[in-house]
Amino acid sequence: MNAIDATPGSGRPLTLYGVDLPSRLLLGTARYPSPKVMSDAAIASSAGVLTVSVRREAARGDSGRRFFELIKALGVRVMPNTAGCRTPKEAITTAQMARELFGTDWIKLEVIGNDDTLQPDVFGLVEAAMVLCKEGFKVFPYTTEDLIVAERLLAAGCEVLMPWGAPIGTGRGLANPYALKSLRRYLASVPLIIDAGIGAPSHAAEAMEMGFDAILLNTAVSRAADPARMAHAFALAIEAGRSAYEAGLMEMRDMAVPSTPVAGTPFFDLERPQ
Amino acid sequence: MQQRLGRSISLVVNGEAVATCARTLSELVAEQGFAESAVATARNGDFVPRPARSEAELAPGDRIEIVAPRQGG
Repeated sequence: MNAIDATPGSGRPLTLYGVDLPSRLLLGTARYPSPKVMSDAAIASSAGVLTVSVRREAARGDSGRRFFELIKALGVRVMPNTAGCRTPKEAITTAQMARELFGTDWIKLEVIGNDDTLQPDVFGLVEAAMVLCKEGFKVFPYTTEDLIVAERLLAAGCEVLMPWGAPIGTGRGLANPYALKSLRRYLASVPLIIDAGIGAPSHAAEAMEMGFDAILLNTAVSRAADPARMAHAFALAIEAGRSAYEAGLMEMRDMAVPSTPVAGTPFFDLERPQ
Repeated sequence: MQQRLGRSISLVVNGEAVATCARTLSELVAEQGFAESAVATARNGDFVPRPARSEAELAPGDRIEIVAPRQGG
């Protein structure tokens, strides 16, 4: 089957939990050199969603309010995360606090299982997702490429999944393209967002060419020498990758095939001795 | 309501030991210098919604989290 035949909603915008988004890029707001650079990058990226978090506020502190004002001024939908949570209970309480603070039921659900790899504790993830979906949250679980975990998350009520490309902050791109392709093919109608590990626009384009619905990234933009320019580069790559997927990529072959017609080649003679 | 007036209790607020005369979570939030709507709260690991803070009485040793929006990935 040609890839284009399997493209649901070809040419349509990304829709997540019933919301149409103007872009297939979701951008993180952390680790920029300054708030101004973050704002400029967010604008240059045309991202439809900005990820945010909740953190302890020092007594009489004002940084939370100032940050939220800056984000609100950008006029872009926000998605809080549960970054750093290590148990389902921590993640659930953090999600509840985030919903009240940001006024959204969208939550990027992270339950971290290992401090070095920051890989998801997929058992805790499923447990937390079950509770949060029942409480009416629109859960975006940060997960691995494991198909069985994906099925459990869908059964828990998640309508979108966010498999990792590679561990958070590594910039290694798609560490396991075979498994990601399998996941994409198997869950053809579930919105899948590659979250984490994307280091270069080419990584994002590769994921989009595979048919992933969107890319969530942070560090590759925020730690670039020129974050706004890199944000724009990602926007272009993601658009290019999506267009390529919808256009239907050619099949890869092992042997060469001439692109110029063979018939009528001057001096060509089948009888010619080799 | 009167018995604890003027007596402070020890809590853990955002991981730090704090002595407070606040009787409720709502009073603690004000004492710590926050507008009600600027922060979200949890007590002993459980979320305490904004409208419930004034009825959330504090007990010695309670672990309180007071959080605000922050950058995130």
